[in-house]
Amino acid sequence: MAEQKNALMTWIDDRFPLSETYEYHMSKYWAPKNFNFWYYFGVLSFVMLILQLVTGIFLTMNYKPDGATAFTSVEYIMRDVDYGWLIRYMHSTGASFFFIAVYLHMFRGLMYGSYQKPRELIWVFGMLIYVALMAEAFMGYLLPWGQMSYWGAQVILSLFNTIPWIGPALTEWVRGDFIVSDITLNRFFAFHVIAVPLILVALVFLHIVALHHVGSNNPDGVEIKKNKNAEGVPLDGIPFHPYYTVKDTFGTGVFLIVFFAVVFFAPEMGGYFLEHANFIPADPLKTPEHIAPVWYFTPFYAMLRATPSMMGSAFPGVMVMGAAIVVLFFLPWIDRGKVRSIRYRCKAFKINLFLLALAFVVLGYYGMQAPTDLGTFLSRLFTFVYFGYFIALFIISKDEKTKPVPERVTH
Amino acid sequence: MLGRKLIVAAVACLLPVFAQAAGGGYLETVHIQPSNKASLQRGSRTYVNYCIGCHSLNYLRYNRMANDLGLPADIVEENLIFTSDENGEHHKVTDMMHSAMTTEYGKGAFGAAPPDLSLIARSRGVDWLYTYLKTFYVDESRTGTGHNNLAFPDVGMPNVMWELQGLQRPIYTEADDGHGSTHKVFEGFEQVTEGTLSAAEYDKVVRDLVNFLHYAAEPGRAQRISMGIWVMLFLFVFTAGAYVLKKEWWRDVR
Repeated sequence: MAEQKNALMTWIDDRFPLSETYEYHMSKYWAPKNFNFWYYFGVLSFVMLILQLVTGIFLTMNYKPDGATAFTSVEYIMRDVDYGWLIRYMHSTGASFFFIAVYLHMFRGLMYGSYQKPRELIWVFGMLIYVALMAEAFMGYLLPWGQMSYWGAQVILSLFNTIPWIGPALTEWVRGDFIVSDITLNRFFAFHVIAVPLILVALVFLHIVALHHVGSNNPDGVEIKKNKNAEGVPLDGIPFHPYYTVKDTFGTGVFLIVFFAVVFFAPEMGGYFLEHANFIPADPLKTPEHIAPVWYFTPFYAMLRATPSMMGSAFPGVMVMGAAIVVLFFLPWIDRGKVRSIRYRCKAFKINLFLLALAFVVLGYYGMQAPTDLGTFLSRLFTFVYFGYFIALFIISKDEKTKPVPERVTH
Repeated sequence: MLGRKLIVAAVACLLPVFAQAAGGGYLETVHIQPSNKASLQRGSRTYVNYCIGCHSLNYLRYNRMANDLGLPADIVEENLIFTSDENGEHHKVTDMMHSAMTTEYGKGAFGAAPPDLSLIARSRGVDWLYTYLKTFYVDESRTGTGHNNLAFPDVGMPNVMWELQGLQRPIYTEADDGHGSTHKVFEGFEQVTEGTLSAAEYDKVVRDLVNFLHYAAEPGRAQRISMGIWVMLFLFVFTAGAYVLKKEWWRDVR
């Protein structure tokens, strides 16, 4: 590119590493040529982040973070603001699709060992993004100020109450009041529109910096940097731009078809993306019959409910729920395997990962339902299956009998 | 390959099972025609005649309704606005569809203020509304209203449309549940007094009213769907183009 540089580019490059940055991250970022279906979800998560930020800005222009007017202002956006309904549905559907993309992206990491050495920090940054995203979604859900917003926040915040000694004081400090109130709404708004998004964007930046430093993994788990040509270009690598920009454009198109089908034709998604009870304004005096979080939190909610309380305290459940997230951070060190990809790992690994996915689905389902004996039993069983994944992985990966890993990627 | 099973499992976990939580009550299903403007107009007429005295539609403006339902604004102003504000001023076509009743009066009369119905079709669902409006019955044990309801037991609201429907009583039969005890099974209603409408005519009134409430809960629905079709068409073309471009670019990757 150097020989084509015009005067303006030279002027800029002398002052800011524009060409260098572009080449490092785009035109000379060598990505493995064998990315499959699962490799779309990283960029799709990024697309959803941008969509949430942009729609969020426009919602903020018309939303009122005030206990007396919040619910009305949302209906005002839905009815009186030009295309307000579209922006709001994109944002509410976007929250669910963000999680869909992120969960599939994380599952990709589990399948192909993308968290293994030397990509541990990419995984840790990714987990921090996931935690920030959960905080962002939880606080954003309070803002429409419907019954489910209100009581969902009430239930989740009361979990802090169970922490021994400091619980009640901590809960009051977080809520800013004795119950979820206008004060809580105001601070959640502040966190939702500025504090957490800033953290999210910063973490995404770090996630990508770390990724581009070590290079992308691939479905074969082969390190493409081991085989380079005379110019130092990996033999199995292709420049991210234009190859993956054009491929991801196609993938984004497919994803947006599904996304906008929901936005335009089923924005409530049968009560799973927008819950029925959230069309009733928040009422601190009337508890809804059945309080359930939105689907992306229900696997953890099921674990919380399934854990028996001790000495009248639900604290063990809170601990289990927290541990379910914390354990994921340690995955790079729990997996002692030398082979990354599921393609070359042993049968036990595959069964173990299948059980984890199954546990996630079953827990997610029962977390949405009103508690039943069967639901509680299965939630308990699959809570063990969920944690069992990590224990089994630690054991399996010690002296794993793996298949031979090819020298080069297979296409 | 197991990888394929994992894909299925992972995708399945993202599609929640669409089971509607059971409300525990009796529920009939209704078929409404959201694009039938004549039905919506009849529903709006029923609403302003029978409902708005107690139940506001605070998020719907008269002229928005006039526009969406194909009614001239002056016709709406003259024929569909019966309420006044706190100063006794007749509501205008640019006003929200407020109720004439104050919260205090409602609490005094019914124990709880009659709720705003702007979003009732989204929180309760149209089937529930239809069932609720059709299953009021005579119940002498209810000292306040003398009426009860199958969809909403012990509801505080009186049977407002009794003149149209007439009075009815439920018929129950005793059924053996196979475990030695019996329980009551709802069989149907018997007519106690005739209404001014036949059963089929009343059913139509209720369906139109439910259709109107469904409209009121999301006035932008028609625009959402018609715009959605164009967006989908654009995305199909865009994605097809991206696919062709990708194929072309990737030709040299082996």
